[in-house]
Amino acid sequence: MTDFAGWLMPLRYGSETAEHLAVRSAAGLFDLSHMGEIAVTGPSAADALDYALTGWLSRLRAGQARYTMLCATDGGILDDLVVYRQAEDRFLVVANASNTSVVLGELQERCGTVAGAVVTDETDRTALIAIQGPNAPAILATLTPVALESVKYYSGSYADVAGSPAWIARTGYTGEDGFEVFCSAGDAGHVWAALVAAGAGSGLVPVGLAARDTLRLEAGMPLYGNELGRDVTPYEAGLGKVVRLDKPGDFVGRAALAKVAAAVAAGDTPNRTLVGLVARSRRVPRHGYPVVAGGAEVGTVTSGAPSPTLGAPIAMAFIEAGTAGPFGIDIRGRIEPADRVELPFYARSK
Amino acid sequence: MSVPAELQYTEEHEWVSISGDVATVGITDYAASALGDVVYVNLPTAGSAVTAGEACGEVESTKSVSDLFSPVDGEVLEVNEELDDDPGLVNAEPYAAGWMFRVRVPASPDGDVALPPGLLTAAEYEGLTKSAG
Repeated sequence: MTDFAGWLMPLRYGSETAEHLAVRSAAGLFDLSHMGEIAVTGPSAADALDYALTGWLSRLRAGQARYTMLCATDGGILDDLVVYRQAEDRFLVVANASNTSVVLGELQERCGTVAGAVVTDETDRTALIAIQGPNAPAILATLTPVALESVKYYSGSYADVAGSPAWIARTGYTGEDGFEVFCSAGDAGHVWAALVAAGAGSGLVPVGLAARDTLRLEAGMPLYGNELGRDVTPYEAGLGKVVRLDKPGDFVGRAALAKVAAAVAAGDTPNRTLVGLVARSRRVPRHGYPVVAGGAEVGTVTSGAPSPTLGAPIAMAFIEAGTAGPFGIDIRGRIEPADRVELPFYARSK
Repeated sequence: MSVPAELQYTEEHEWVSISGDVATVGITDYAASALGDVVYVNLPTAGSAVTAGEACGEVESTKSVSDLFSPVDGEVLEVNEELDDDPGLVNAEPYAAGWMFRVRVPASPDGDVALPPGLLTAAEYEGLTKSAG
């Protein structure tokens, strides 16, 4: 068990490699109740979020979800978020545990002052259980009346799970098909146990934080504090598409982000780029290790781990834009060669 | 957590088994569990000299990397090459198939093998891991 943003969480239930591979080949169950859930409700909720976040949330239809960001005035990333439009006048904003208080404070300031928009922290009363992997739909289908094939990727639906009211969304952080089930904290034990029982014959295993990290890394998904931070703009992280400069009206960070976007459009790439690296040696690049090319330091590893799927160490790294390889990673004083690859490292066959 | 009584231990979580003038070295069950799944063990080369308390290799796991310290002075006779293909042996059988390297330990003037001071008994090591939580 480990302390994670004030939550006591399992790094692993058994072998993290087995947990990782189970998600890729069968299914895994994650307790993600540490994530922050903040509701923005009311007739002006959509407009208030258009001002508060980089995305164009008012364009979502009820039932749709979006990956988006909360940026500061200077364009730096305060958190990356998934927002669900659960009803015409209700949005659920899901924040990283370590940033929940920042997101809540910013949303209260940016949305809470708008007439017709109410910001409510629902983190403590909300549990989040994810079931991910190719067998996830069949397992969940035995416990819910909703036709899961009608719940498309990045959408959600209110439905009972094991008799408890829940919001079921086809989202996740693993690179696999799967669902995230939001239910009341009081129902979480029951829902978890029902999912464990339903998945017993389908290879479902509980998955801890260690495998959650290697799964998202293989899928090329950023982690706040590693790839994303206050000093990083969405463009540098390769996520410029979440900034909807084409939406009407002002939003926090627009002026700064528009300037970066104009520079990118003019051929001035951001001064650093997020890349994928696969190490040729078996020594593992870790967060903070220097990336070198041509005898000079050109960047830093943001996340690194042995990849169970590739069978080699992989890393995401920020490097100076325009740097050509060959690349090496300074692993505790010895330079190990690494090949630059397109992200993600792993994409499931659909 | 298993701590075999017949072995000696270091504060760095290695175990050492002495047979004649040969010391066999590995990491403890406690260490392997704390590291998580071991994915690569970088061992000293046969024929090289190792010094008690000095790093002579690395143990890589999913979440971290740790230096491997030699518990004894001497010359490396042999390393466990099976760990190259199956580093998970360190987790599965830390005191048997997961052994790491063997060292020929020089004799001391009285004819016994010269073991460095400070090696721990099983009871002492168990106490150390319990106080560390």
